[in-house]
Amino acid sequence: MALIDKHVILERSPSLLLAFSLTVVTIGGIVEIAPLFWLENTIGEVEGMRPYSPLELAGRDVYIREGCYVCHSQMIRPMRDEVERYGHYSLAAESMYDHPFQWGSKRTGPDLARVGGRYSDDWHLDHLIDPQSVVPESIMPKYGFLMEARLDGDHIGDLMKTHRFVGVPYSDAQIENAYSDFQVQADPDADWDDMLARYPGAAIGNFDGQPELTEMDALIAYMQMLGTLVDFSTFVPDASR
Amino acid sequence: MGEPRKDDLTGRETMGHEFDGIEELNTPMPRWWLITFYLTVIWGIGYTIAFPAWPMISGATAGLLGYSTRGEVTQDIASHEAANANLVEDLNAVNLAAFDPQSDLHRYAVARGASVFRAQCSQCHGSGAAGAKGYPNLLDNDWLWGGSLEEVAHSVRHGIRNETDDDAHWSQMPAFGEIREATEIDTLVSFLPTLPDADWDSPGGALFADNCASCHGDAGLGDRSQGAPNLADAIWLYGGDPDSLTQTITYSRFGVMPAWGQRLTEVDVRAVSTYVHSLGGGE
Repeated sequence: MALIDKHVILERSPSLLLAFSLTVVTIGGIVEIAPLFWLENTIGEVEGMRPYSPLELAGRDVYIREGCYVCHSQMIRPMRDEVERYGHYSLAAESMYDHPFQWGSKRTGPDLARVGGRYSDDWHLDHLIDPQSVVPESIMPKYGFLMEARLDGDHIGDLMKTHRFVGVPYSDAQIENAYSDFQVQADPDADWDDMLARYPGAAIGNFDGQPELTEMDALIAYMQMLGTLVDFSTFVPDASR
Repeated sequence: MGEPRKDDLTGRETMGHEFDGIEELNTPMPRWWLITFYLTVIWGIGYTIAFPAWPMISGATAGLLGYSTRGEVTQDIASHEAANANLVEDLNAVNLAAFDPQSDLHRYAVARGASVFRAQCSQCHGSGAAGAKGYPNLLDNDWLWGGSLEEVAHSVRHGIRNETDDDAHWSQMPAFGEIREATEIDTLVSFLPTLPDADWDSPGGALFADNCASCHGDAGLGDRSQGAPNLADAIWLYGGDPDSLTQTITYSRFGVMPAWGQRLTEVDVRAVSTYVHSLGGGE
């Protein structure tokens, strides 16, 4: 009982109690969080993952701003029903360039982790302008105003630099060409070969059908890429997960 | 800190401390509670040994039972595939051109296809397959690219006007706004609803013969080999009112369908095609 009696010392000094509480919580935090930074299987290496293209990154910002994650998850759980409905279960590496990740925790609408390529660009446009026009039973709000929100892309390079600052491996060439890559992805008649070499698998098109580049273009470009980067016909899951 | 002593009033032990004359009785947790508590501690330690838990140098401990969520879902899927293996094999082998609608296999294909349809196709074609503006109704017998089971399966497998499949159906109507005057388009718009009993000697008839007949046929009955819709019926994919027709002729339309053969298994392509074919319009 001698050690427990010494507890009185802590209980009688608020400062000491605070200091020791903090120590205990810190130890708990280190044990839980620190290993994630060195364990090799925290994020398994997966071929095909690349940072977002400038237009996708802008679309992702629209996705976050509009709170899409409140109703849509981007996380296919490893369960048979989910895999059969949405496709291969999500891998940690598939959100490795997300700051912050968009896993979400509620599905008022369906999961969007692999929505890329599943519908035509026109469908996304119809659906975002008036969801009930294609899915009458949907309760999703209308996002037609995105058609009028012009994007000038003036700060797209800065946005990419910020993402590089938090660990996304954008190359100097990618940041240098940010503005032109941003423009050509929404213009099927432009010379987008270099952009596609820098961002393989990016969807190209005049997504909103207007000459101006709008938030609608960016959002559809982002969604048409979601979950398409990893080729699951050649993917071998890591047995230790 | 004083010594514990017996409290006179209750006959129980005190904790031994005293503040301004107030003392605390020693009331330990009930034994059943303590036993449960210690059991959960022991169970917790056992759990972390049996299942993946402790972080080590290069990875976390795998656990004695060898459990993994990924392994479990793979096994779960494999066991369901094994249960359906015979049906899947038969459906993959069946000749779609001569698929007996009375057979058990056909019933299986329709049931399987219905669930594929609801998960993958209903977003565009509607949960009842009645379509929407720009997304064809699959319940009627008006087919753009053919309505036999094989033709439906081809459309599902390769899609329409997509960039990902070389065998996708492909055709493109010109945007006549760039070729013809707006007044000529107006003439055509007022001519189209008069099909099929149209006055072919009218200005609209002449315009139709010059510009539209090569794809939509001399009588406007359409051509499935190039997905050109029948213009003589009352079915309009993008609307048959003058505004929609003007829009369609001026800017053209370009409906895209993904190549589902790249996303679904062969058996699911066959099942969903059989389902669509069975909805009423199948040929």
